[in-house]
Amino acid sequence: MEVLEKVEEGVSASSWAEIMRDCFKRNGVKLVTYVPDRVLTPLIQAIEADPYFQAFSTAREEEAVGIVCGAWMAGTKGVVLMQTSGFATLPNVLASLPCTYQIPVLMVISERGTLGEFNRGQALVCKTMRPILASMGMEGHTLASTRELDFIVDRTIKQVFGTLDSAALIISPLLSSGKF
Amino acid sequence: MSVEVMNRYDATVRLRARLGDEDAVIGGIGNTNFDLWAAGPRNLNFYMLGSMGLAVPIALGVALAQPERRVIALEGDGSILMQLGCLSTLAKLAPGNLGTVIMDNGCYQITGSQPTGTAFGTDIEAVANACGLEHSATVATETALDAALDRFWQIAAPWVIVVKIDGEPPRGTTERDPLRIRMRFMDALNLA
Ligand SMILES: Cc1ncc(C[n+]2csc(CCOP(=O)(O)OP(=O)(O)O)c2C)c(N)n1
Repeated sequence: MEVLEKVEEGVSASSWAEIMRDCFKRNGVKLVTYVPDRVLTPLIQAIEADPYFQAFSTAREEEAVGIVCGAWMAGTKGVVLMQTSGFATLPNVLASLPCTYQIPVLMVISERGTLGEFNRGQALVCKTMRPILASMGMEGHTLASTRELDFIVDRTIKQVFGTLDSAALIISPLLSSGKF
Repeated sequence: MSVEVMNRYDATVRLRARLGDEDAVIGGIGNTNFDLWAAGPRNLNFYMLGSMGLAVPIALGVALAQPERRVIALEGDGSILMQLGCLSTLAKLAPGNLGTVIMDNGCYQITGSQPTGTAFGTDIEAVANACGLEHSATVATETALDAALDRFWQIAAPWVIVVKIDGEPPRGTTERDPLRIRMRFMDALNLA
């Protein structure tokens, strides 16, 4: 991991998280449901430190999706944070709830299982992520550097809530400096 | 030995009679949903067409976004058994405006009545209690259902009522147009 941690020298560990948090805030995304992951920790911390958000963990990612769907119908925008393995549990729920009813779900997925993975289980699960997104016609944007981060995150949020088509923001190890 | 149970349609009609004009209901899949429809369609009912087990989470999202509105999650025993973790999340968030009613027939009736764990002793009220939902009850008669609803309706904490029901088929079939269901529900939610 030492090698990967040096990839983005000069960028503090929390800056990507602060940029994402600010994009959520600017776009009125207030409700944050998650199943945690090490990579997501700075983002979860940045969000939980800000009283603007209501953030909490759920037992399963499916629940986290159900909650933001209910909240959106009742007027509150949300986002679901999860890791790759969590996303792989979701196809049935995504197809039968947000896709079926046209309810927008914004997802942030920390990408485990690539660029230096040591766990074969994670690596194989990771390969299912983009095909699953594609099969449901969902955009998945890989976030690899802080330079384009605000642009991609801000515009993806606007597109999700503007078109009602769900999408995923994928946090690459390139962005999180490989801090699994 | 005959065990006293309620009928799902009758129990749903009783629940519906208690609903105020502004109360929202999330109907889980299975025959629970069909009897919710048969008991009289309402714009403030959201009828799920899939996502088995998510009635409580969807209801929780509505309840958090509109804390002034009473929200009821209606589920089957098979459905809640698929997503028991949501009872822990519900207890943790403890919204004062969310009640859950579980129609427990001891089977997955809509798929051919294969028995669920509750037919072998799994006690959903005890699970809810163990998750931290202390306002939980199991009822098998109309009097007991009314008494439990009387007790829980006004409390500012989440509650769970497990209704033991018979094996009668449902009285109707939910209309299956997702966009109409969703738009009616949202219009009704945001008008109030
Ligand atoms: C994830 C998933 N697994 C299985 C099914 C098939 N299925 C649809 S309804 C149902 C049973 C629901 O049982 P319960 O909640 O007890 O309701 P009941 O049919 O008894 O009214 C099942 C297994 C499904 N729709 N989704």
